[in-house]
Amino acid sequence: MSYDPVFYSRFLTGLTLSFHIIFATIGVGVPIMIALAEWMGIKKNDAHYHLLARRWARGFVITVTVGVVTGTAIGLQLSLLWPNFMRVAGHAIGLPLFMETFAFFIEAIFLGIYLYTWDRFKNKIVHMLLLIPVAIGASASAFFITTVNSFMNTPQGFEMEDGVITNVDPIAAMFNPGTFTKTAHVLSSAYLTAAFLLGAIAAFHLLRGRNNAYHKKALRLTMTAAAVFAIATALIGDFSGKFLAEYQPEKLAAAEWHFETMEEAPLILGGYLDENNNVHYALEIPYALSILAEGTPGAEVIGLEEFPEELHPPLFVHYLFDSMVFIGMFLALVSIAYVVLRRWRKGNEHNKWLLRSIFLGAPLAFIAIEVGWMFAEFGRQPWILVDYMLTSEGATTSGHVDTMLYLFAGLYVVLAISSTLVLTRMFKKNPVEKELADRGLL
Amino acid sequence: MFGYVIVASIDFGAGFFNFYSAATGRKDHINSIIQRYLSPVWEVTNVFLVFFFVGIVGFFPTTAYYYGTALLIPGSISIILLAIRGSYYAFHHYGDKGSLWYQFLYGATGLLIPASLSVVLTLSEGGFIQADNGDVWLDYGALFTSTYSWAVVFLAIVSVLFISACFLTVYAAKANDDNAFTLLRKYALFWSGPTILASFLVFWALKVHNLEHFANTLDLSWMFILSLLCFIGAVYLIWKKKYMDWSFVLVIFQFGFAFYGYGASHMPYLLYPYLTVSDAVVNSVMAQALVWAFIAGLLVLLPSVYLLLRLFLFDKDYVQGKK
Repeated sequence: MSYDPVFYSRFLTGLTLSFHIIFATIGVGVPIMIALAEWMGIKKNDAHYHLLARRWARGFVITVTVGVVTGTAIGLQLSLLWPNFMRVAGHAIGLPLFMETFAFFIEAIFLGIYLYTWDRFKNKIVHMLLLIPVAIGASASAFFITTVNSFMNTPQGFEMEDGVITNVDPIAAMFNPGTFTKTAHVLSSAYLTAAFLLGAIAAFHLLRGRNNAYHKKALRLTMTAAAVFAIATALIGDFSGKFLAEYQPEKLAAAEWHFETMEEAPLILGGYLDENNNVHYALEIPYALSILAEGTPGAEVIGLEEFPEELHPPLFVHYLFDSMVFIGMFLALVSIAYVVLRRWRKGNEHNKWLLRSIFLGAPLAFIAIEVGWMFAEFGRQPWILVDYMLTSEGATTSGHVDTMLYLFAGLYVVLAISSTLVLTRMFKKNPVEKELADRGLL
Repeated sequence: MFGYVIVASIDFGAGFFNFYSAATGRKDHINSIIQRYLSPVWEVTNVFLVFFFVGIVGFFPTTAYYYGTALLIPGSISIILLAIRGSYYAFHHYGDKGSLWYQFLYGATGLLIPASLSVVLTLSEGGFIQADNGDVWLDYGALFTSTYSWAVVFLAIVSVLFISACFLTVYAAKANDDNAFTLLRKYALFWSGPTILASFLVFWALKVHNLEHFANTLDLSWMFILSLLCFIGAVYLIWKKKYMDWSFVLVIFQFGFAFYGYGASHMPYLLYPYLTVSDAVVNSVMAQALVWAFIAGLLVLLPSVYLLLRLFLFDKDYVQGKK
């Protein structure tokens, strides 16, 4: 393949982001779960929950580290790989980028304090309060960075004159039409994923026959939280559909293989597309797309035919969209089933199949995060700044982007392997049974 | 950026000393001192870099265009080094304690990062970045054969070691850790020589490379003289083992004056001769918003940093390892 800086810049940015969001999602979601565990520990005066918080925090540090370093990478890569984009958009997105680093600062400072003051304060509540800035900082930085992304999708708050941005209104740019749904969806799905990640650890141990109260409490805390987050995520997902129908109809149309503008539009599930854009083997749900888009079965949904072909997003985004929705439904079902079985007197919430599904839920949740982001990003192609700048106009002209791609790919492989090794070794060397015994909790 | 230079220097140098002492079997002397300071703050140090960087791009988006295009390779290498350094510190510290290989990665990158970051300073002098017809590229041949660029790299490395050794000496003194103090004081005094030598070397190389900038530095020579006086004062105090806190304050002033003098004499250029401060600046509404965000951010940040320092730097019991 001949050298094309745009292609390699896209590839490298995509690679860095898809690696980073695994750790970023953990970074946003896990502090909430640690705070919940600490809070339960104080409320119920139960040392199991404190130990839970402690062990989660220990693993969390490793993932935060990889999140920090890959976050630094993407922060710098924005300018290294997309200098033309940054020259133009930098005037409008400086504020949220700036605020994000502040939020990040607060998180880093209080996480450092939290980790090194376990037994330093007499009052356990003081130590728990340190988590509040950590959790707020993590969620705030996700919020600010997502406003930047939603600005790229629905830019507003400036005027463009001869390729130069003028009359910038930073607040309008930050609170653009996409901001609410995007940030809410990112936050709730991160909390959901973190709850499933930690729930899967508990489910794994219970499946292995370690029937200890510690794991059961962990499962109860994480799955109850997961059920709440899953419902929230689904609701916000529905708002996102309505947002797309209004502001980015081409993205929704591509996701749904909806070519002709029509009323009473059906929703297409699964299937595949041939060269002539005919859909095969798909499940059609009548009216569902109209309901998703406007909330009424008779609503008109704009089709892809209304847009010039060179501005169509790639049509494979349909698979990404469907996978995300399916996994979201699965996670909601599993966590709600857990809550119901626990509440129902005859129910057994530690049923093998349910535990297996919870365990499977964690990797699936991460896949959903990945494909959800890929859908959002591929869905706005060919634009980098929708309606203002094409992706090909924003990339660097520099040589050697390909070499950098290989270098970074190598780095991510090394980081992935070593962080997994370090994490497994850390918890294998110091299993929970030993720690429970050391603290006289067994 | 000055804040980053000081905080990061302590961190980078500490990584090197940590490895060097571990490799030469003197680990027990200073290891605990270094870990006790670094562990709670290393992540904050990393954020500093992003903060400075985002600030530059936020206030001067045009710099992203020139530097972004030209710095693809050195920038990417710095990122990779930073990533290795940050993650292996955590892997070593929280995961596999005592892995010498991790400590080596951590120490070696600590010296390579300042070298690779200092390329930005070199480039800003002009003569390395070529730009015309909307194309920007970096002349690697000119960069690698320039005396000036090597002088800057040399200065960056030795000042990192000097700043770090001075700070850790003071920290060890506070901790009443005599072994660490003796060793670190030796390091601090040892690296003072190359630091001052490298400073003069950079002046001389600047005269050869960019006469206009050199002439500007002469107009501000009082700053550099003050810097030199602070340096002499700091080394004298460490030599005499007196007023240790003040010795590090003097080190900060030494680099502060030099840094400010360098920056002021470089004005109005952000990248000689393509980019001046006035053509690069962001529009006024955004600039105002950024300044307000900066003030609001500082109002939250400063008390937090103060809390961090009080808990881990000014708390005698923690520093002495009793907590």
